[in-house]
Amino acid sequence: MMAPLFSSKLLLVLLFGTLFGLVLGVLPGLGPTTGGALILPFTMTLDPLSAIILLTSIYCAGTYGGAITAVLINTPGTPAAAATCLDGYPLAQKGEAGRALGMATVSSTVGGIFSVIVLVFFAPILANLAYEFGQPEYFALAIFGLTMLASIGDGSPIKNLIAGAFGILISTVGKDFMTSIDRFTYGINELSVGIGFIPVVVGLFAISEMLTQSTLLDQVFKRVALKAVKLPTKDDYKKTWKTILRSSGIGSFIGVLPAEGGTVASLIGYSEAKRFSKNPEEFGKGSVEGIAGAEAANNAATGGAMVPTLALGIPGSATTAVILTGLIIHGVRPGPDLFKEQPEFLYGIFGAMLVANILFFIFGFFGAKIFARITLVPNKILWPMIFAVSVCGTYSLSQSIIDVWIMLFFGVLGFFMRRYGFSVVPVIIGLILGELVEGTLRQSIVIFDGNWLMFLTRPIALTFFILSLIALAFPLIRSKKNKKII
Amino acid sequence: MNNVRDKKRANKSLPFFFRTEFKVFFTIILISTILLISTFSFDTVPPILNRGIQPATFPKGLLVLIITLTSIIYYLSFKKPWKKEKNLPKPFFLTILSFIIFIIISKTLDFFLAIAVLSVFVSYYWGERRIFYLLLVSIIFPLVVFIFFEMILGLRFPPGIITNLYYY
Repeated sequence: MMAPLFSSKLLLVLLFGTLFGLVLGVLPGLGPTTGGALILPFTMTLDPLSAIILLTSIYCAGTYGGAITAVLINTPGTPAAAATCLDGYPLAQKGEAGRALGMATVSSTVGGIFSVIVLVFFAPILANLAYEFGQPEYFALAIFGLTMLASIGDGSPIKNLIAGAFGILISTVGKDFMTSIDRFTYGINELSVGIGFIPVVVGLFAISEMLTQSTLLDQVFKRVALKAVKLPTKDDYKKTWKTILRSSGIGSFIGVLPAEGGTVASLIGYSEAKRFSKNPEEFGKGSVEGIAGAEAANNAATGGAMVPTLALGIPGSATTAVILTGLIIHGVRPGPDLFKEQPEFLYGIFGAMLVANILFFIFGFFGAKIFARITLVPNKILWPMIFAVSVCGTYSLSQSIIDVWIMLFFGVLGFFMRRYGFSVVPVIIGLILGELVEGTLRQSIVIFDGNWLMFLTRPIALTFFILSLIALAFPLIRSKKNKKII
Repeated sequence: MNNVRDKKRANKSLPFFFRTEFKVFFTIILISTILLISTFSFDTVPPILNRGIQPATFPKGLLVLIITLTSIIYYLSFKKPWKKEKNLPKPFFLTILSFIIFIIISKTLDFFLAIAVLSVFVSYYWGERRIFYLLLVSIIFPLVVFIFFEMILGLRFPPGIITNLYYY
């Protein structure tokens, strides 16, 4: 599995990806999704394996990096680290920042490695199952992925569905891929090829965050001093090993579900840690179990989310949607054939994820203090620089100035979406699944000769439809209980 | 405590067209309706070339779904009004203004100049006054990015008054 990695070039890519991912994870507002989108144009100079290794190492390290900021300044570096703030910061305030980060580092590494094992075993199984899938099954699967958006972390279920539908709508802009008829182009030639994924992602994540930061200029972070990261004590291990394993399992499972990701995984991992804890009253006041529960789960979701991405071409999270785009740009078609035809490519990715988890453990353990200093770069210097990279990165993919304007448009749109409680993640998932949904629907209708009821005669498709109904009903019932549907 | 309650109620006591829920509902419905109407002008294909459904059918279905779901959230907002958002501060509008200036300059003068102007504008209005850092964000860093993209990716930036000096 590790053989393809024994080249200095790949190791260098892995090293750079891990360091870059940590920096992105530490900086609030950035993260592996934005970072992956920004670095995608640079991957064009690399071979496909190096490119995907770069993106996956950014994903793994970026997810962990969020914990450093969560513990030290009570601001999650990534959304997936939100639950880590709940206990990480209170523990740091007690003068135990090193212990909090040590626990976050160990549990993240265990969760990450656990999920890679899940990926190695389950991705080929899922890929084999996918041989049974025809167009109706893929349509039903894509619908299942989209309905799962209803229950992603931030945003209400209905607003998430609206955002998802909007994402699919964006994918219909341009020439219809079956009939070459223009849709929503309004005479603008550049729109005939459709709206690119990168301008939308960079706009929705980086530019909208820049606008958000412009509203928070008077915000003052209270930093907690960090002397050194400390490995958990024997007592800490005794207290948390069950939590770490449970959260690793939860995170991997949540990650495998299409469209779900680290944010949901960490919230569930945290709440389950509290439910099973002998000392639930300590949660929110600096419990190491709380940190372990959240961090093991969000990092376990990374490997889990790669399962549907590689096996089915359905992204498991927003960042894996970027990785999926990377695969497509480099001419690699995810799906069952990939497992048959290019196993060495896949084992390269699996091995890289494993090494990335070990590398971020080392960097996190010895370098957290340095990485924490990155947050001292003032926004008034950082964000204009990010803007310059965003603009050049977006322009570079198709060398189109229209892409830059599209990025700015989606930046403003993303800001208002977030302001009014709409998550931007469903837009990304909807955009990447849009073509699959429409294409498989139309081909299925041809197969069924226009008889929609024929979908119900396909057992796998029917199962996905039932799962979709459950996915829709579950958050609505849960929200009704909490009176939070809108 | 009372202040918090008053703030929450403030949104409910406003006339309906000033409420956030209505503004969001109205904007989505308006844009969706315009898009929906525009789908009726999409070309149709003859039945022999038609793969299952007409090209306009799928977007139409999506827009109807968006309109329906938006109506549901607006209806539900009567039972549970949204909390009132804070007014947007001046730097937000200045940042938006800088985007507009960026578009104008990149279209008419120069792409690189547009990045430099936006960077210095944003950095200054966000509170940076030190000349070195203003130069760093507006000239040094964009120049490094420019050269990096140009050399590593072989990217050719759009022509303009400054970019032309580099290329010719």
